Amino acid sequence: MKLFLTTLLLVTIPLAAHALTPEERGLVIAQEIERRDTGFHDFKATMTMLLKNKHGEESLRDMRNQTLEVENDGDKTLVVFDQPRDVKGTALLSFSHKTGDDDQWLYLPALKRVKRIASRNKSGPFMGSEFAYEDISSQEVEKYTYKFIEENDFEGIPTYLLERYPVDSNSGYTRQQVWVDKEQYIPLKIDYYDRKNALLKTLVFRGYQQYLDQYWRADQMFMENHQTGKSTLLSWKKYVFQAGLTDGDFNKNSLKRAR
Amino acid sequence: MKFIYWIFLFVPSIVLAGEWSGYVEGQGRYFIQDALDNSQSDSTLSIAAQPEFFHRWGNDKQSLLFIPFARWDSQDDERSHADIRELIWTYAGKGWESRIGIGKVFWGVTEALHLVDIINQTDLVENPDGEQKLGQPMIKLSLERDWGFLDFYLLPGFRERTFPGENGRLRTHPRVDVDLATYQSDREERHIDLAVRWSHYIGDWDFGLSHFVGTSRDPLFMPALNSSGETVLAPHYELIQQTGLDLQATKGDWLWKLEAIHRNADSGSHNAATGGFEYTIVGISESAMDLGLLTEYLYDDREEETAPPFENDLFLAFRLTANDVDGSELLAGVIKDLDSSAALFNLEASRRIGNHWKVSAQARLWFSIPQDDPLYPFHRDDYFEISLQRFF
Repeated sequence: MKLFLTTLLLVTIPLAAHALTPEERGLVIAQEIERRDTGFHDFKATMTMLLKNKHGEESLRDMRNQTLEVENDGDKTLVVFDQPRDVKGTALLSFSHKTGDDDQWLYLPALKRVKRIASRNKSGPFMGSEFAYEDISSQEVEKYTYKFIEENDFEGIPTYLLERYPVDSNSGYTRQQVWVDKEQYIPLKIDYYDRKNALLKTLVFRGYQQYLDQYWRADQMFMENHQTGKSTLLSWKKYVFQAGLTDGDFNKNSLKRAR
Repeated sequence: MKFIYWIFLFVPSIVLAGEWSGYVEGQGRYFIQDALDNSQSDSTLSIAAQPEFFHRWGNDKQSLLFIPFARWDSQDDERSHADIRELIWTYAGKGWESRIGIGKVFWGVTEALHLVDIINQTDLVENPDGEQKLGQPMIKLSLERDWGFLDFYLLPGFRERTFPGENGRLRTHPRVDVDLATYQSDREERHIDLAVRWSHYIGDWDFGLSHFVGTSRDPLFMPALNSSGETVLAPHYELIQQTGLDLQATKGDWLWKLEAIHRNADSGSHNAATGGFEYTIVGISESAMDLGLLTEYLYDDREEETAPPFENDLFLAFRLTANDVDGSELLAGVIKDLDSSAALFNLEASRRIGNHWKVSAQARLWFSIPQDDPLYPFHRDDYFEISLQRFF
């Protein structure tokens, strides 16, 4: 009995004495999001972006994406453009990193030229859309610091509301508010605040589907810019997980072959 | 007979299975000043087409790419021309890749000049900037190793450089007559050239080391009389060996670039280098626009008579990228000769119109070119160009 009590005290007292701070709780949730999305190895998918300006004028982007999970680092990604037609065959190879700048190479098919590009420009629009490169690149825990705000609802789904703060000083944001599904640990909505801490954009994830009985991916990501009235609807299709991709599918030769 | 069956069975199935894309283009050029020669035109209209056929099979390991190109020019018979830009079969193995056919290869990092790039011949009638290339027959083997890529090239079949004809602008005086081309090699255009390149990257550094043995893509010129008794320049293609280095360091918003070559020929050996930086200011004045500032120094150690146009020159330019829906871009720059008053101004701008159209504009202006400058023949060829392309 005495032994039991001692054990009980050892287990419970540290927890009671040291309740998680909002920062720690935010980090724990972010780590759980990452843990649940680890181990997919690789996937292929097509991406369509429908860009709209405030007058309702539309423009279309078609891309193909392939991603390889890298242990203990950010993912490797190859994106090939099919539309608009003048950039058809243009391809972007990214090796993202948990800390520091990503490595990026851009292939220009007209000149057959592979250009290593400055990846520090992560806040700029991706292909004229409302998505910045940092919004769609590999989301690593280390890229932000966190703070748990509250438990609430998003469209009737119980959520954790977190705030996260980009570590990289070149980010276009001061903070982001993320609504995380309590049960599945997937983001449902993100509010982006610009460098002046004004609300810039809102991203809403819709049509989540589960792949390989584990990995959740949204069919649609709708990004709305509150300051310009522009929006981009990013639709993901034809997901194939564990398509057999290897390192050899993510180098300068495969970048030139991708088209 | 079997071969005929193969053609009839295989070719249609491939053509039906693959995908077609490409563009057609209308282009106008206007030259501001009168030409040096009365026979040269002051403006020209042209149309061009470049369809692309692509087919991939065998679990994406194999592909066939076919890109023919043709332009019709209203003034210059030499600029009305056609070429097979690419007709190449690619096989991707595990850790290696082969390409066989007519292909295009680019090496290098700098913007003002491409010293290291040597595989493809320049299609000079297309654009005086030399960035348009003719298709090159090749067998390429690429080995992908932990210590980088090692590429071997066997290049059977030499392509002569294209030059503007008598009625064309942007040409020498007297003009170059391509029918009088001579070669150092007895095998002439059938000489087999060889090249090898090792390229790799370590952290922020990308680099390539290359060696080429074969017929020079840059001809020497000798005055000659052609069959109609006209004084012309005859291109002469020497055998050369060229070693090249290209290097880029990507440090945050700074790209540091260097290209250097050493070339050996019977006419002499020389060294040349181009180096500098591109610095990008991201999101200028809180817009989505990026402004790139480019500076490169151009060096060549050849003596007076044989010196190329850019032997001690400074290239200054800016690149404005709007990052808008239309992909609007503007590149404006000047190459200034540090030994004389000569300067070359260059402007390129483009934007999309909808998903299928693109409009581009170019301007090239030559300023106070002295008579002994290799660019002197072009000093009255300042021009504006506008192109409209329809992609499909």
